[in-house]
Amino acid sequence: MQGNIACAEGALAAGCQYYAGYPITPSSEIMEHLSNRLPEVNGVFMQMEDEIASICSMIGASWAGAKAMTATSGPGFSLMLEGLGYALMTETPCVIVNIQRAGPATGQATRPGQSDIMQARWGAHGDYRIIGLSPWSVQEMYDLTIKAFNLAEQYRVPVILLADEVVGHLKESFIIKPELEIFIRDSTMTDKPFGTEQDDGVPPMPAFGQGAKLLVTGSTHNQFGIRKVADPKVQDILVNRLCNKIDRHKKEICETESYLTDDAEYLFVSFGISARSAYAVVKQLRNQGIKAGLLRYKTIWPFDEDELKQTAQNCKMIFVPEMNRGQLVLEIQRVLCDKQVISIPKTQGEAIYPSEISNEFKKYTT
Amino acid sequence: MNQEILDRLRMDDRFPHILCPGCGIGSAMNAMIRAIAESGLTNDDICIISGIGCSSRVPGYIDADTFHTLHGRAIPSATGVKLAHPDKEMIIIAGDGDLLAIGGNHFIHAARRNLDMTVILINNHNYGMTGGQYSPTTPQGKRAKTAPYGCVERAFDACEMGIGSGAVFVARSTTYHTPHLKGLIKQAMKKNGFALVEVISQCPTLYGRLNRMGDAVKMLEYFKENSITVSQVKEPKDAEGKIVIGVLHDIEAPEYYESYRKVCEHAQRR
Ligand SMILES: Cc1ncc(C[n+]2csc(CCOP(=O)(O)OP(=O)(O)O)c2C)c(N)n1
Repeated sequence: MQGNIACAEGALAAGCQYYAGYPITPSSEIMEHLSNRLPEVNGVFMQMEDEIASICSMIGASWAGAKAMTATSGPGFSLMLEGLGYALMTETPCVIVNIQRAGPATGQATRPGQSDIMQARWGAHGDYRIIGLSPWSVQEMYDLTIKAFNLAEQYRVPVILLADEVVGHLKESFIIKPELEIFIRDSTMTDKPFGTEQDDGVPPMPAFGQGAKLLVTGSTHNQFGIRKVADPKVQDILVNRLCNKIDRHKKEICETESYLTDDAEYLFVSFGISARSAYAVVKQLRNQGIKAGLLRYKTIWPFDEDELKQTAQNCKMIFVPEMNRGQLVLEIQRVLCDKQVISIPKTQGEAIYPSEISNEFKKYTT
Repeated sequence: MNQEILDRLRMDDRFPHILCPGCGIGSAMNAMIRAIAESGLTNDDICIISGIGCSSRVPGYIDADTFHTLHGRAIPSATGVKLAHPDKEMIIIAGDGDLLAIGGNHFIHAARRNLDMTVILINNHNYGMTGGQYSPTTPQGKRAKTAPYGCVERAFDACEMGIGSGAVFVARSTTYHTPHLKGLIKQAMKKNGFALVEVISQCPTLYGRLNRMGDAVKMLEYFKENSITVSQVKEPKDAEGKIVIGVLHDIEAPEYYESYRKVCEHAQRR
């Protein structure tokens, strides 16, 4: 099955009841598949007039109690940033799939890229944290879509599935687990749907129609939802809780995978499809007796710094292959400022090949 | 104030409200609340949705599920709520900039789609919240903060736009004719499909002052003297320079959600 279809099926398995989107390569198979499947399960499929409308209607559906998703690619994701900020501020659970292509602007519509990861992290204005996941296989297009829904519902935050054209269009077989862990949103009736006692809590979220007489606003608001647009304390409390609720739960949110890192002298750090090429290189190097390992980020945002520090502790050199001009490498250089961290970027609108990674590796090690 | 209205409001630190003295938005809100009450709807039956602007502050005063969304995005946000919660009566309040400029694309497509919702457009002919810049409904030649020599652009007729885009019910009134306005809002809510009610409203602080139209009372008198009902228009020239009020358009067309349900039934029979 194709990665994009696996993503759509993952959404259904997670209980997605609302999809709104606008066609864009290389993500369109997701919406095409859901236009077929959602009516079968009494869900709602909407093709909206643009991506702004798509994300806004998804946010509306989420407040009406539905699990909701949209999917897009670069230009559409740029249009969604306004709504993304609104979802962050109103703590609306939702899933945004970005099947990344080469940009900026229209770029190369059919070619892969991984150059939106910083945009996903920083693209909306204001201070906030998001969750960003990066699948490297068709299996993970399915699994991480389900995980995206679970995290969105648990932390009341938009979760972005940062896939790319290669995994989106990759065809592989994958396993559908008969038993899934599905997180159900806490919709307890409360008069404080926008605040908690703790400074890192996630308040319950009653839906429209439940009788809570909700005040949902993208303006700064107190725990009741009442606008407080000139109160320094309310702004401070809200913004910090939006960040803390993610930062302080990194251990529960973040997922990384390590391959042969225990005794590694050379560490590759990567994500998504690039990590797959890096993995091939690690195996080659090991066959040559070179102690190489791979740390793969399945959760890119929030960035798991501790895992990186620990894994890289005894490594001589760190290599970061990615299909952009060098984005995740900035995080890694920030965390491992006393180590040699080498960027292996690829900006040709195609997958990074193992040979390209190993050639760069040789340049620095011989 | 009438108890029936008071019961519908959130009586907390939000009063006094933010509207300027003489603003027409309160009159429109009053008509809307009476229309809701007279239609036999409780506050639990409705969801009031807005974008950003002075007009868009109305939902915050009403003790119901309220959704204060992004500038121009009330309609797509309402689309999601309605489709996930079809039993709710969706009422959208929007300013002319909100609905017709930044939200113009959403407006025409929602009208075309014909999902059941009522849009109340409070047309004060300028961007109130940001200080009186010209909007898509500022008449050509009229002054605004960004049109100090008079507006160069031609104005939209929101009702014509709604009709042309597929709205099944389109009506217009003014803040002078509040009982009339209330009646139109009731009809719009009852209509199964996309309904638009345009309320011509005064902004004495900005548009009114910039165009030397006098205070709120003067502006209301202007609405009174220059309005003409639909039935009084015998030929097109009767309407020239006038505000035509009443039901401008009322047709039957399949409602979106009902049509979508049929698609679901079909998909499930396959
Ligand atoms: C994306 C975006 N652009 C601009 C603004 C600033 N802004 C706030 S309200 C408004 C216009 C309000 O005018 P209108 O919609 O006519 O409503 P009124 O205030 O007159 O009721 C603008 C431009 C904004 N909030 N968001």
